[in-house]
Amino acid sequence: MTEAATKPVVIRMYAAREEIYPREAKGRYASLRWACVWITQIVFYGLPWLNWNGRQAVLFDLGARKFYIFGMVLWPQDFIYLAALLIIAAYLLFLVTAIAGRVWCGFACPQTVYTEIFMWIERKIEGARSARIRLDRQPWSADKLARKSAKHLAWGVVALFTGFSFVAYFAPVRSLLANIGAFALGPWEWFWIGFYAFATYGNAGWLREQVCKYMCPYARFQSAMFDKDTLIVTYDQERGEPRGALNPKATAEQAEAKGDCIDCNMCVQVCPTGIDIRKGLQYECIGCAACVDACNGVMDKIDLPRGLIRYSTDNAMDKKWSAKRIGQRILRTRVLIYTALLVLIVAGFGTALALRTPLKLDVIRDRGSMGREVGDGMIENVYRLQIMNTAETGHTFRIKVSGIDSVKLATPDEAVLDGASTRALPVRVQVERSAAARGSNHIEFELTAVDDPSLTVREKAVFIVPK
Amino acid sequence: MADFTSGFWDLYIIVITVLAILGCGVLLWSQSTHKVEAGSDGTTGHVWDENLTELNTPLPRWWMWLFYITIVFALVYLVLYPGLGSYAGKLGWKSSGEYQQELAKADADYGPLFAKYASQDLKAVAADPQAHAIGERMFLTYCAQCHGSDARGNKGYPDLTDKDWLHGGEPSVIKETIMKGRNGMMPPMGAAVGSEADIENVAHYVKSLSGLTADPIKVSFGKTKFGACIACHGPGGVGNQALGAPNLTDKVWLYGGSAETIMETIRKGRTNTMPSFQAFLGDAKVHVLAAYVWSLSNDPAPANLAAAPGVAQK
Repeated sequence: MTEAATKPVVIRMYAAREEIYPREAKGRYASLRWACVWITQIVFYGLPWLNWNGRQAVLFDLGARKFYIFGMVLWPQDFIYLAALLIIAAYLLFLVTAIAGRVWCGFACPQTVYTEIFMWIERKIEGARSARIRLDRQPWSADKLARKSAKHLAWGVVALFTGFSFVAYFAPVRSLLANIGAFALGPWEWFWIGFYAFATYGNAGWLREQVCKYMCPYARFQSAMFDKDTLIVTYDQERGEPRGALNPKATAEQAEAKGDCIDCNMCVQVCPTGIDIRKGLQYECIGCAACVDACNGVMDKIDLPRGLIRYSTDNAMDKKWSAKRIGQRILRTRVLIYTALLVLIVAGFGTALALRTPLKLDVIRDRGSMGREVGDGMIENVYRLQIMNTAETGHTFRIKVSGIDSVKLATPDEAVLDGASTRALPVRVQVERSAAARGSNHIEFELTAVDDPSLTVREKAVFIVPK
Repeated sequence: MADFTSGFWDLYIIVITVLAILGCGVLLWSQSTHKVEAGSDGTTGHVWDENLTELNTPLPRWWMWLFYITIVFALVYLVLYPGLGSYAGKLGWKSSGEYQQELAKADADYGPLFAKYASQDLKAVAADPQAHAIGERMFLTYCAQCHGSDARGNKGYPDLTDKDWLHGGEPSVIKETIMKGRNGMMPPMGAAVGSEADIENVAHYVKSLSGLTADPIKVSFGKTKFGACIACHGPGGVGNQALGAPNLTDKVWLYGGSAETIMETIRKGRTNTMPSFQAFLGDAKVHVLAAYVWSLSNDPAPANLAAAPGVAQK
């Protein structure tokens, strides 16, 4: 070791990936992760099959530019809600990360979830960690070929189903399924099913921890959200060191001098990113707590208290805080501010969504003429009302105009619109010459559904009296 | 080569592009095979500000291959698509070609619908609510700039909702007007009419034709000078649709019915152009549009404007 330190070594600029064979971890956190796998996958695979009002409940119809989400139809004009949703997601991530570190990575991230599913398949076909290592070192044989092909085939099936489910959010799932059977999909549907399947297969089957280490932008900046009170997966150095194998012949004195870590390496073997948590917090650690499960299992077997590796915080480790004290530190200023902001934005988002009127109106003044004189000393302006009925039901709408005395509509004041339809309606508005000042006057259009007065929008406009 | 004033710039771009891509490849190759001496602690050996050192963690190898794939992609792309100077690319892709494809697709989508209406009588088309809605949208797109969204025109641009027509209000004539366009031309008639006083008198006579208040003395003088106008507007001033000469006996005025405006019209003449839409829209679309325009001033239009349904969004 000392000799190597003085001798220059050569480092290659690009290193081949070293295969990691994670051992299966069993315990509280592994069960929690599986629960997350089930929940996320039931939602992801199942949601496209739900129906609502005789149509697919969740469908992002890019071709028609309509997003159907249960009772709601979002139009491109509603894009602001997507921005709000992204802000909420970002704040939620800040909040969760500030409190509990990379729990998203370790339990709910698609990369983790699909890797978990793929590793389960791998275990079922190729066996446990040691069997997999042995199989990979073996020369090719009929058995190895059969196992490897079976694994990739199974991975491929899951990946294709995932790709299919993904596309089902953008194309109606039932016709998609029928068309797959008949090989009658459009080129883009084939492409996205294939692309998403390939991405799933590649990411969960081959790249795994490489995604977290080299591709994921979140992994790169989340350390900025950590502080000394953030929960992290830590190894209790004080308690564990000096580590060493259990020696049944050790004297009481020797046993006393030795730490609780028996250097069984279980924590390293279960780690999906292949790190040794005993070296401290590393950016590769995705907070999956597999090492916690593994270590607790070992501690149970050798009759020592659990928690040699556990969720704790930097401060708690340094200052020997109790679990209660850690819990109290969760409610620190930063977390409270994040929470307050999050509550505020969610409340605003919810209110805006609830009060949203599925009716839009744009008023476009005709630029060809400023205003014209018609019989009886009236001044007339022409407008185009761009009406969008974004609800799924049709209505008859009544148009009212106000803002100046004697202002009135000279064209029919009702317009019929089908559900999810738009219409450019030319209207003429008249004002008595004496009622309005020369130049521009403010008026307001109001559109109300005849059968549903709550469906009302107003839009300001300008009425021009020529000089 | 028309894009450049000399062949030099073409070459300039090609050389820079190709050298830059190949340069990336060479850099990548040299860096991937080059071996760096480093301390065993995995740093580059540099120390800044007393204790800052840089880790020399290797990049993953698949990443290097992605770089190479990117370079190959760039080269293949430049062979297939335009990007190297004025070289057009093997596939002959053009943005205008993409536009033409979109147009062809739209024609294929909506062609049958327009073809259906094209085979129907114009009055029957006018009574069809769907055709009415299509016609309204086309009118707002192509005609509203001059005639106004409500089709009531403007100074110099005819009102299409009244019964007064310069060239005739039969559906077929309206279609012809949209297809071929019209040139409205009234020559300057000041010299032919006579003195300024004569012009004023004729203007008052013209006003009287449509029942507007006019000076009776000027009217009687003007009547004798109206002969200069008869060739187009007819002895009674009722106009001639074959020539596009307006009827002067109604209350419809293209430029205005005041004596001053009429005098200016007589002195300087008027020139109007309605452009031809034949090449731009084609027969089938003009057919639907003509039916809509006809319906604006005729009853068999579907119920009323309010009853035409909106554009259903799929």
